[in-house]
Amino acid sequence: MYSLKVEDVGKRFGERKVFSKINFELFTGDSIAIVGSNGSGKSTLLKVILALLTPSKGVVQYIEDQTVLSDDIFRSYISFVSPYLNLYDHLTAEENLIFFSTVAGFHVTGKEINALLEKVGLEGRGMDYVMGYSSGMKQRLKYAVALLKKPEFLFLDEPTSNLDDDGKKIVFDIVEEYRSSSIILIATNEKEEYDLAKDIVRLT
Amino acid sequence: MPKTSSGLLSRSLAVYFKDLRMELRTKNALNAILMFGVTTLTVVSFSLGQSGLSPKLLSALFWIIMFFSAMSGLAQTFIREEETGTSLILNLTAEPNSIYIGKLLFNLTLLITMTSIITPMFFIFTDAPTENILPFVVILTLGVFGLVSATTLVAAIISKASVKGALFAVVSFPILMVLLMVLVGATEKILDNNSLSSVSSEIQFLIAYVVVMTTISLLLFKFVWRE
Amino acid sequence: MWWKLVLFVFMSIMIYFSFALPAPQQQIGESSRIFYYHIPQAWICVIAFAMSMFYSIRYLQKKDLKYDDMAMIAAKLGFIFCVLATVTGAMFAKVTWGMYWNWDPRQTSIFILLLIYGAYFALRGAIDIEEKRAALSAVYSIFAFVTVPFLIFIVPRMVPTLHPNDSIINSDLKFNIEGAISLVFFSSLALFTVLYIWLFNIGVRVQLLLRKQMELEDL
Repeated sequence: MYSLKVEDVGKRFGERKVFSKINFELFTGDSIAIVGSNGSGKSTLLKVILALLTPSKGVVQYIEDQTVLSDDIFRSYISFVSPYLNLYDHLTAEENLIFFSTVAGFHVTGKEINALLEKVGLEGRGMDYVMGYSSGMKQRLKYAVALLKKPEFLFLDEPTSNLDDDGKKIVFDIVEEYRSSSIILIATNEKEEYDLAKDIVRLT
Repeated sequence: MPKTSSGLLSRSLAVYFKDLRMELRTKNALNAILMFGVTTLTVVSFSLGQSGLSPKLLSALFWIIMFFSAMSGLAQTFIREEETGTSLILNLTAEPNSIYIGKLLFNLTLLITMTSIITPMFFIFTDAPTENILPFVVILTLGVFGLVSATTLVAAIISKASVKGALFAVVSFPILMVLLMVLVGATEKILDNNSLSSVSSEIQFLIAYVVVMTTISLLLFKFVWRE
Repeated sequence: MWWKLVLFVFMSIMIYFSFALPAPQQQIGESSRIFYYHIPQAWICVIAFAMSMFYSIRYLQKKDLKYDDMAMIAAKLGFIFCVLATVTGAMFAKVTWGMYWNWDPRQTSIFILLLIYGAYFALRGAIDIEEKRAALSAVYSIFAFVTVPFLIFIVPRMVPTLHPNDSIINSDLKFNIEGAISLVFFSSLALFTVLYIWLFNIGVRVQLLLRKQMELEDL
């Protein structure tokens, strides 16, 4: 059983306040959507939760059976997909997948890689450089990277951006597949995306 | 328990080989560092003529070329991660120590490659004495390790700044100044045909410098990378 | 409030005696009086640098911007005293050795310290996000501090020095710190330290008020 606790979190950049007093607690099986207009700080909140930015106020805690997890440990439980997260253009899709698994410390077989590529609809394109991919294909590959490990926490920022209908279907299927076994957090403005989540946090 | 099965070394090597593979495909950093080295070397050579330069001048010129070449290329590996937006996923997947070690090895490879091309050219262009070449290589190797051990952390710091420009050289120089002073002194003695034992205190200094800077960098790197 | 008055009175007395007493070093003569000012300034410069590093470590441990403010203020003051010490040192060098600058090990050391401070502020100026600036400049200041022992312990031993206090070649130029001279010197050292602490506190309080004002604007 895992949980994510966000307590009185606020973030400011210099004199500009982005958001403040964000509170929620999620357990395995929960899903939540963070919605808000452009510039309301959805992506910033995600970065704070991912510990990529230090909150100006409050704490974010990752908990496994009442034990607060340390930085390095909870990172190995998280997968993140976002439009501003880029993969290596000068590597092929396969090389990207192999790199991200090796650097995270586990081994991935050729079979697993093919299965993942097939799952996101990129079968047969594994040997191509990511540079030559369209933005939709890059987005699909990000899901393949995210699913290399079976994430306990799945964070999606604008999950279907750049995707066609087939791609959206793949994303919805992935969310369904992980709904009961992980904590899912979606930052979005699209109705069909936040309908995927059970609860909504609104940023103003 | 974190989901890791392999050790620090294999994870660091994954970072190293990823950078090496990308460098071999793009040659961004190597081109920059080599062209800079060749350019400075050429300027030095045609403005000072070819023979009769004193060991003191030769050694100073050599390390000026080394310093500026290093400054032109050693930050590339971190800046590239920021500019292509890949630092985010690297940050989320890889643990800081393996990134630092991987990048350190990459910078070391880069500077060794550059040095092994520039050094022979230096001896040819300036007609520097070659009788004492082995001790020279010893000091040079320690110098390369010193430059890389002190600048890799600074490169990581610079890559996170919004204005990069000439900042790398400005911020690295105070840290490298002691190292450069010792290197210039030791190289001068060697070019003056002194034996390796005459620079034993410099060698001790260089080894201590490399060990201390690498250790402290390893301790501090996570604060740079995780902010 | 009272101790600021005390500081003012004692500082005035110290300044008076630093000129009224006979010069501390007979051979060098009148210009050796600079030692009442130069050494305390160099001392503050090092103290401030150490404090800046101490608060940088605290920041990395606690991630509280208060410590970043303190590290920054200590560095600012350190920089000012570093400039003062460099200038007074160069003046003294001109009078006694005939030139302002000659890469004496002490001059090299303080010059590197100046460069470190300069680089520290250049770095801070290049980062917009507060927490990022705090963390990165803290790391830099710790990293730079690590090179200082190499400077102090290694460089002066490799090159002969002209600096009076540890002069190897000119041992007759040594200062004899005794009696009234020692009293003035050590009170100058103490008074400059108090002055520095006072300036540091003012700086910290100004920063604190700025932060309070920002928080009030939030509500």
